[in-house]
Amino acid sequence: MEEFIDNLPPMDLMRSEKMSYVQLIIPAESAHRAISYLGELGLLQFHDLNVEKSPFQRTFVNQVKRCGEMSRKLRFFKDQITKAGIVSLEHPFMQPDVELEELEIQLAEHEHELIELNTNTERLQKTYNELLEFRMVLDKAGRFLFSEKNHHTIGEDRELEESVNSNHEFIDTASLLEKELRSGFSEQSGVRFISGIVCKSKVVRFERMLFRATRGNMLFNQAPADEEIVDPVTFEKDAKIVFMVFFSGEQAKTKILKICEAFCANCYPVPEDLTKQHQVTREVLSRLSDLEATLDAGIRHRNKALSSIDYNLTKWVTLVRREKAVYDTLNMLNFDVTKKCLVGEGWCPIFATTKIQEALQRATYDSNSLVGVIFHVMDSVESPPTYFRTNHFTNAFQEIVDAYGVARYQESNPAVYTVITFPFLFAVMFGDWGHGICLLIGSLILIARESKLSKKKLGSFMEMLFGGRYVLLLMSIFSIYCGLIYNEFFSVPFHIFGGSAYRCRDATCSNADTVGLVKYRDPYPFGVDPSWRGSRSELPFLNSIKMKMSILLGVAQMNLGMFLSYFNARFFGSSLDIRYQFIPQMIFLNSLFGYLSLLIIIKWCTGSQADLYHVMIYMFLSPTDNIGENELFWGQRPLQIILLLFALVAVPWMLFPKPFILKKLHTERFQGSTYGMLGTSEIDLEVEPDSARAQHHEDFNFSEVFVHQMIHSIEFVLGAVSNTASYLRLWALSLAHSELSTVFYEKVLLLAWSYDNFIIRLVGLAVFSFATAFILLMMETLSAFLHALRLHWVEFQGKFYHGDGQKFKPFSFASLTDDED
Amino acid sequence: MYGFEALTFNIHGGYLEAIVRGHRASLLTAADYNNLCQCETLDDIKMHLSATEYGPYLQNEPSPLHTTTIVEKCTLKLVDEYKNMLCQATEPLSTFLEYITYGHMIDNVVLIVTGTLHERDVQELLEKCHPLGMFDSIATLAVAQNMRELYRLVLVDTPLAPYFSECITSEDLDDMNIEIMRNTLYKAYLEDFYRFCQKLGGATAEIMSDLLAFEADRRAVNITINSIGTELTRDDRRKLYSNFGLLYPYGHEELAICEDIDQVRGAMEKYPPYQSIFAKLSYGEGQMLDKAFYEEEVKRLCLAFEQQFHYAVFFAYMRLREQEIRNLMWISECVAQNQKSRVHDSVVFIF
Repeated sequence: MEEFIDNLPPMDLMRSEKMSYVQLIIPAESAHRAISYLGELGLLQFHDLNVEKSPFQRTFVNQVKRCGEMSRKLRFFKDQITKAGIVSLEHPFMQPDVELEELEIQLAEHEHELIELNTNTERLQKTYNELLEFRMVLDKAGRFLFSEKNHHTIGEDRELEESVNSNHEFIDTASLLEKELRSGFSEQSGVRFISGIVCKSKVVRFERMLFRATRGNMLFNQAPADEEIVDPVTFEKDAKIVFMVFFSGEQAKTKILKICEAFCANCYPVPEDLTKQHQVTREVLSRLSDLEATLDAGIRHRNKALSSIDYNLTKWVTLVRREKAVYDTLNMLNFDVTKKCLVGEGWCPIFATTKIQEALQRATYDSNSLVGVIFHVMDSVESPPTYFRTNHFTNAFQEIVDAYGVARYQESNPAVYTVITFPFLFAVMFGDWGHGICLLIGSLILIARESKLSKKKLGSFMEMLFGGRYVLLLMSIFSIYCGLIYNEFFSVPFHIFGGSAYRCRDATCSNADTVGLVKYRDPYPFGVDPSWRGSRSELPFLNSIKMKMSILLGVAQMNLGMFLSYFNARFFGSSLDIRYQFIPQMIFLNSLFGYLSLLIIIKWCTGSQADLYHVMIYMFLSPTDNIGENELFWGQRPLQIILLLFALVAVPWMLFPKPFILKKLHTERFQGSTYGMLGTSEIDLEVEPDSARAQHHEDFNFSEVFVHQMIHSIEFVLGAVSNTASYLRLWALSLAHSELSTVFYEKVLLLAWSYDNFIIRLVGLAVFSFATAFILLMMETLSAFLHALRLHWVEFQGKFYHGDGQKFKPFSFASLTDDED
Repeated sequence: MYGFEALTFNIHGGYLEAIVRGHRASLLTAADYNNLCQCETLDDIKMHLSATEYGPYLQNEPSPLHTTTIVEKCTLKLVDEYKNMLCQATEPLSTFLEYITYGHMIDNVVLIVTGTLHERDVQELLEKCHPLGMFDSIATLAVAQNMRELYRLVLVDTPLAPYFSECITSEDLDDMNIEIMRNTLYKAYLEDFYRFCQKLGGATAEIMSDLLAFEADRRAVNITINSIGTELTRDDRRKLYSNFGLLYPYGHEELAICEDIDQVRGAMEKYPPYQSIFAKLSYGEGQMLDKAFYEEEVKRLCLAFEQQFHYAVFFAYMRLREQEIRNLMWISECVAQNQKSRVHDSVVFIF
């Protein structure tokens, strides 16, 4: 048996990859190339040898700074491109073919050009804006003046269209002003005006301030500008208001001008004379059209420059990002004493050593270096990182396990079993083949569009769904399977596998729900007989079946977990753990709950009426009493007594021996005389590196070890009960799911269908489909998912999984995605 | 109700308290300062700061950096955090948060008014204003010719309006006037803030009264030292001291008649909490007093975080960040001017 286990072929996912700690000695001239080849390979995790140095004290700090500067420029280009509204086309990914120095010069040129263009456009835009504002002021203010004049010449005939834009104040005070206006807008009357344009958001405060500053001796007219002004720097459009202030006095003028300045209001002179006004307007218009042409040409030029940048942008960004990563990695390397070589250390999986060596040779060859890179394996004190080679399919499952904790190096990996057990336990809680088909369609859509979606940036929710698409696929397939067993399709049973085994006792029983049925032929071949549906004994029957099934599944999974702890102990050569932990644990769990499972199976096979609660409870309370009618098989009572005794013995067995044996070993080890026995001693530590062993045993603290063992034992003993009970959630959630879908089907859909009204039926259908989609397909999926997660993390992995490793993070260009943005 | 805040505080204040404590965790540590002090150029400083929470604010700055850019961007971060908290806050926390900025508002008003007095450009002055103390019509301050106009035109709309009741005169503005105005305003502000905190009650009142009393006392000492040798009369000087704090009222009497710094020291050493500050200084030295006060303040502000369920953490956080920005400014200046030996003169380590 043991030989068979040892001779099993190794599987990728069973245990993490074997790692080795390697040292690279790279000649300085080929260092950059070597590191970038390694980055393309992506199988070496560098160890930072300069931890104590701050970032700006490291060797390649200048290059890192240059890269930072370049990526700043690239961000600037990107910003400009998006602002200019140029749609960037999907360029095929190209390997960067330019050198860093070349690129730096290019980027600097481009930036310079762009900044110059920007300042030009900005200046032009500013003048353009001013002219535009002037035109609007002329237009509106002219109307103010004109309307006022009109007002007193035509008299009562108010032109509403003209005064519509002016505020109420104007209309109210118009008559007051008439006297002054009649004498004309001239310097003699002392009434003057300032006209200009101000931001819409500031206009109320502006008016209030003017009112205060002049103590109310002013008249404020305003009209919204027709066009929005584009801010030359931010490219945002501002709504503006044309205003016109009438006032008298020199002091007021300086005050008002100061206020205008404070509010960033641009003032423009409007000639009073109508002919002069027209003349100015014409002038402004002609200059505007000139400027517009220049501005358009400038923008076209700029856009051309930007799109030529855009063409190469992705390539450059990738290059700069890679270069920065290379220099960051180079900064982790040490110079050796001669200052001619760089020394790097790191972890790599053993299978990758040849590939790494090839890459290093290639680097040496390509950079025409005379000295090759020296690559050799070293011992390390630290425990190696954990690395699993996953594919699209297994990755999501590995993520589920890693979310709990990354496996200790070479520990047996629960993800292998999770691939099947996780979707299966989910499906036990989510058993409905109608809902399962919906999920299946969803997951198939995700998988079909895999190649498209994987390139896009998704929202956090979609990202999660997409990442778990294969989990979803398996979950849906299993829930179709479980749904067929439960015989539920949106809670409706179907006669798929032939007719029901039951029928009415006689022809008179119209309602099969109330009167007993008789069995008249062989049992329904697969799953639950559809006749149970709606009968009075439906719930007791299904509850009993699901509860027992949950216990069986739970005990099976926990046993699997414990067997994995056995394999772990075997792998790490710790027979102590097998003898004093695995064996008593197996005995304890199986003598109680393994026995319960046995009883369940016997009861199912024999069709006995025995009460299992009673059997289990009295097994503890009075094991010697006669079982009576609940006896399932011969010799049950003595068997129960023996099992109980086993369980009682197992508790001290798992509690006491291990810490004492550890203590004995510890004292023996340091006596020196028994040094020779080490190799054959209980704990074979050969797999651990030397220094780790020394460290491990220097601080052996008996009380700590003992308390630790006590906690573990108590946790296991209590956990055996509570974990088994925890698996009953499988039944509870499955019950909740089927009851909820029954309610929605019967109380919503069937109720609505009983009316002969189209609208009510439609509403009923709508409510039913929404409830199905959001409550059953989303909420229930989520809750069943979480419960399956818990069962795996706590009940299953708690039996064997340490989960205290660190993940292998190789230096790889592929992992350098857009995380900087 | 003191002692029962824990029951209800988290309903409105819990989220923001958690946020502010999170922000506090990102304050630069002594190790950061040590690294910063070793920087050779401003680019090194930027590089070091890019690993901290200031990173995103500095990453788009083109390479020849200036001290002002660094300070501006760091302040921008503080302002963003403050605005974010203010948006989330409900009464009375939002009022409390607004109170924190009034001090900057007073400083900005004074800055603009003095600037216009000396015929500076308004836009240039506006750039120098602290962004936390900005209000809508701040640019119009330049229009005012005297206090009355200042009040009537601009400040009547701002929360500073009630503080003006004591200093409305029709006199034209001059440097002395403005300085007195600043201190009167500040006095009224501190007293108002103090009353507001007392009204809030509970741990907020307890801790804030301590912090504000320290602030008031520090201002009293500074006023005294700065007014030695000016034409300010004793009574006028006495009027500028806030009417609370450890020195109120007897300490104020003594400070009001001080004629030189040693007399100030004599007056202050009667108060045990300030004894330690003055004990650090040798006789006749006023230079280091600021730093000593800052150090003491930072210590007290850090202690505010030890208690939960009160608003003083917001005040403390804002002050600590401001101190941090002052530190960064000093370090950057020293690095830029190649005066690295003086780096430690003015840097106050926060942790």
